[in-house]
Amino acid sequence: MRPKEGQVRIPSGCAIAAVISRDGNRMSGEGMIHAMEPMHDRSNGLGGGFAGYGIYPEYKDFYALHLFFDSRDTRKACEAFLKTGFEICHSERIPTRKLPAITDEPIIWRYFVAPLQSVLRDLQLDEKEFVVRTVMRINTEMKGAYVFSSGKNMGTFKAVGFPEDVGVYYQLEEYAGYAWTAHGRYPTNTPGWWGGAHPFALLDYSVVHNGEISSYDANRRYIEMFGYQCTLQTDTEVITYIMDYLLRRQGLTLNEAAGVIAAPFWETIDRKTDLVDKEKHIYLRTLFPSLLITGPFSIVLGFEGGLMALNDRLKLRSMVVGEKDDRVYIASEEAAIRRIEPDVENVWSPAGGEPVVIRVKEGVQL
Amino acid sequence: MKQIDAKELDFRTLNERLRQETDDIEILNCCGQRFIGAGLSDRKLLLRGTPGNALGAYLNGAEITVGGNAQDAVGDTMNAGKIIIHGDVGDAAGYAMRGGTIFVKGSAGYRAGIHMKAYQDKIPQMVIGGAAGSFLGEYQAGGVIVVLGLEEPDRRIVGNFPCTGMHGGKLFLRSRCEDVRFPEQATARPATKQDLKEIHNILLDYCAFFAYDINKILDAPFTVVTPDTANPYRRMYVEN
Amino acid sequence: MNGIYMTPEFDVIRSDARCTACRVCQRQCANGVHSFLAEKGVMVSDETKCVNCQRCVSFCPARALKIVRNDNRLRENANWDQDTIREIYKQANSGGVLLSSMGNPKPLPVYWDKILINASQVTNPPIDPLREPMETRVFLGKKPEKVTRGADGNLITTLPPQIELTMPVLFSAMSYGSISYNAHAALAKAATELGILYNTGEGGLHEDFYPYGAHTVVQVASGRFGVHEKYLETGAAIEIKMGQGAKPGIGGHMAGAEIVGDVSRTRMIPEGTDAISPAPHHDIYSIEDLRQLVYSLKEATRYRKPVIVKVAAVHNIAAIASGVARSGADIIAIDGFRGGTGAAPTRIRDNVGIPIELALAAVDQRLRDEGIRGRVSLIAGGSIRSAADVVKALALGADACYVATAALLALGCHLCRTCQSGKCNWGIATQEPELVKRLDPDRGSERLVNLMNAWRHEIMELMGGMGINSVEALRGNRLMLRGVGLTQKELEILGISHAGE
Repeated sequence: MRPKEGQVRIPSGCAIAAVISRDGNRMSGEGMIHAMEPMHDRSNGLGGGFAGYGIYPEYKDFYALHLFFDSRDTRKACEAFLKTGFEICHSERIPTRKLPAITDEPIIWRYFVAPLQSVLRDLQLDEKEFVVRTVMRINTEMKGAYVFSSGKNMGTFKAVGFPEDVGVYYQLEEYAGYAWTAHGRYPTNTPGWWGGAHPFALLDYSVVHNGEISSYDANRRYIEMFGYQCTLQTDTEVITYIMDYLLRRQGLTLNEAAGVIAAPFWETIDRKTDLVDKEKHIYLRTLFPSLLITGPFSIVLGFEGGLMALNDRLKLRSMVVGEKDDRVYIASEEAAIRRIEPDVENVWSPAGGEPVVIRVKEGVQL
Repeated sequence: MKQIDAKELDFRTLNERLRQETDDIEILNCCGQRFIGAGLSDRKLLLRGTPGNALGAYLNGAEITVGGNAQDAVGDTMNAGKIIIHGDVGDAAGYAMRGGTIFVKGSAGYRAGIHMKAYQDKIPQMVIGGAAGSFLGEYQAGGVIVVLGLEEPDRRIVGNFPCTGMHGGKLFLRSRCEDVRFPEQATARPATKQDLKEIHNILLDYCAFFAYDINKILDAPFTVVTPDTANPYRRMYVEN
Repeated sequence: MNGIYMTPEFDVIRSDARCTACRVCQRQCANGVHSFLAEKGVMVSDETKCVNCQRCVSFCPARALKIVRNDNRLRENANWDQDTIREIYKQANSGGVLLSSMGNPKPLPVYWDKILINASQVTNPPIDPLREPMETRVFLGKKPEKVTRGADGNLITTLPPQIELTMPVLFSAMSYGSISYNAHAALAKAATELGILYNTGEGGLHEDFYPYGAHTVVQVASGRFGVHEKYLETGAAIEIKMGQGAKPGIGGHMAGAEIVGDVSRTRMIPEGTDAISPAPHHDIYSIEDLRQLVYSLKEATRYRKPVIVKVAAVHNIAAIASGVARSGADIIAIDGFRGGTGAAPTRIRDNVGIPIELALAAVDQRLRDEGIRGRVSLIAGGSIRSAADVVKALALGADACYVATAALLALGCHLCRTCQSGKCNWGIATQEPELVKRLDPDRGSERLVNLMNAWRHEIMELMGGMGINSVEALRGNRLMLRGVGLTQKELEILGISHAGE
């Protein structure tokens, strides 16, 4: 039998695109679908997905858990488990539309939940850590159930298929978000599992990623010391956990985290004249050597209120950023941006290892 | 000039249409189609919109003009002809080009002119009007790369690690390059009048394409970089 | 004759047609194998004294000499092989414990040779190591578990003391006494030029080498020879030697006859007394006592020097390492059973301890399982023979490798394994001034630098092939390794898949 994704490591190439409104204006998910069209040849129909931020304003205080189930029984069992730790405010099947291009659908549900305070007190955990542990537990222990989105007021939508089809399948035109990311996958093997598509998400963090990293096992074996379980053996999964570890658990800033995973070369650090900056980089590289990511990658990290784009330090993958009015676009190819915003301005390619962080302006209600 | 609207055309259809034509062509509404003009040996193409990766790959004598930006791998393994870009180019422009000329009005991404080489009477040339990214002229084995730094005077003319593995050809940078670090096996020195004569003609072409005054361009210090040896790594090995 | 006669182990073959009786061989051989027979005007040999060190062969200007195995054999016996029988004769003749030098020569598995390295094809790019930046710099030392910030919100960037190495290799401990002054000088100079460290071993630090302190690991062993405040302050790091791969569980004994002159001064013991290293540190009978020694050294050096604890790879090494990691050690050095020695009982050398490959894999995994891998750096030693071994060790989880035998080979050692005689013809494992001066420290240093530079380039080429441009991303990256011809259990312990998987 062919191994399922997670039992075997599958390298893959990809296309990514993202948009954010600095004014916090809501955009339909449809734009992202079109952005992926000119990059069709960067995917091979074996994975597509999207993340939308600000899409659940009516449930913004609840964690939106998106789950795949292989059967009704699994769903019932999983719901029973969720109820032991959470108040489920609302649950429903995620609306989809039938498409010939999308087959082998699992059962796809979403739950808007809040951790029970009594449980948190008993376990002496903060809310986010409890959500993370619950996600890890379901994904590693509950066969046939898989949490693929777990943030507040955001959600990911993914499937096996071309991203253009996946977007239509999930009816993304029905959602309005202040930021979107999109991904088309080009895996080198065909276990065809929905969980393996991108974005990969944990809490509010979502990652879309292009490229195969060469540091995978060094990163995985390090991050698994801290309670993360890499069940899918994909680069994106380990990058997401690294970002959660550095940002949430270590409290690094986005720029500092970028200085860990895409650290400047020692030669560059040695030549820095800003001594505070130099010392910071020496510190970060020395402290987190096992979280340096090598090999080609371009990623877009989504988080509450913003996006961060980052290339590997050698810039082995392409990535373009452009602006128009309040919007900032990021994509693997300029054509993707031009497709949805022909008059985009200030198009530029961020240098390797230099993060581009775009946030919704302060004070804007998300 | 005959026109083709590329809207909704995939790259195969578009390139097939191109091959059927014998006249010069203007292509409208390019949006990401790859390999436009691949291997083309005659005619002029004028591109509107944003052409996709590997524009003019293996180009063999044709002339391609792009009104705006181009993406990655422009002129990949180009043999002859001209590519004129009125905007910026992405990464790896002119990868392994053996002949012909690429003119970029704006800036180039990473690895411009990587492994550019010369062969017999073919000397590839690339002029970048703005700045170049890191790894400019990596493994350069022949030909001429010129970077003018005209667009953003405050930006360093080239990123990190220029000329790594350079073992042939010449690189001209319109800057004193005091803030640029070159590898050990290459020598950087101020360009002489004699050096600048070598690039005078392509600078004249550049000025003609993008309406610059050559005197203004030449009224600045240039640095020229050449490799010390054509076999920089021979001494590293021992027979076993 | 009371003893049983044994045929010499080697034959000295001299080509009479070539030999000019120049007597170079005679002058070069400290064992007295060669002599000139004046009445016949020819050179003759006493094979019984030959150790096959190849000195005479290397220096014979006429290329008239070769040393071969004596083909006089006892009757074949698969159970009682010739070496076993000879050892019985030696013990029957002498009543002595068999003594050997250098590492275990037995045909036990060398796991390095059953592990293959990955390379990139298509899905991600290999990197050209000669032209693109390729980083081999490593920092060894404790890494704090949590980032801290000052009141201004800025990162507090002070770290526990770290050792910085330009490549993930150090020269391992070899004491002044077991090797010569010139050998030490060559190691010290080479380490300094390379930007790595060498290790004093347990014999103290000769006053001439204090200027190389920034590239020196000063060792504290159970004999505490030459250990004093200035010694500790001078090193870049302090190593507590708990054990050695070649002879786990036992100490050392250097005869008083060798404790003369500088050796006596450096060890800070009177001339002529035996230098005895007890098997244990007598202030460490339990893991909590180790903590006491670690902190006494830290206190004495005001917490500015990382402390390495060196242990031999023994059966329970994972648990031991876990304990050491919690004892305050900054770095753990694990020495496998093939590690070399200046002298060790043969039975110990050949039968005690476990392979470094399995020990390293088990330790790295255990420390990760316990979430404390970041507390310590790991150095693997015990027969690291090439750049490929280094890369494999790093991918299994080591931060760096200790190298000694390979370094001695670079100094001219021909691995005759008779260091214990003190008559090293190559000027390495000897204190006899006439022999010591045969090793030119500058030339020796140059060859060490050559060797390490070649290894560094090879490490870079192997990393480049894997698409890795920094040694940090190689460390613990077991996905880059595959086993061939290994059992399921071996693969499980190594934490790697079989080739083809």
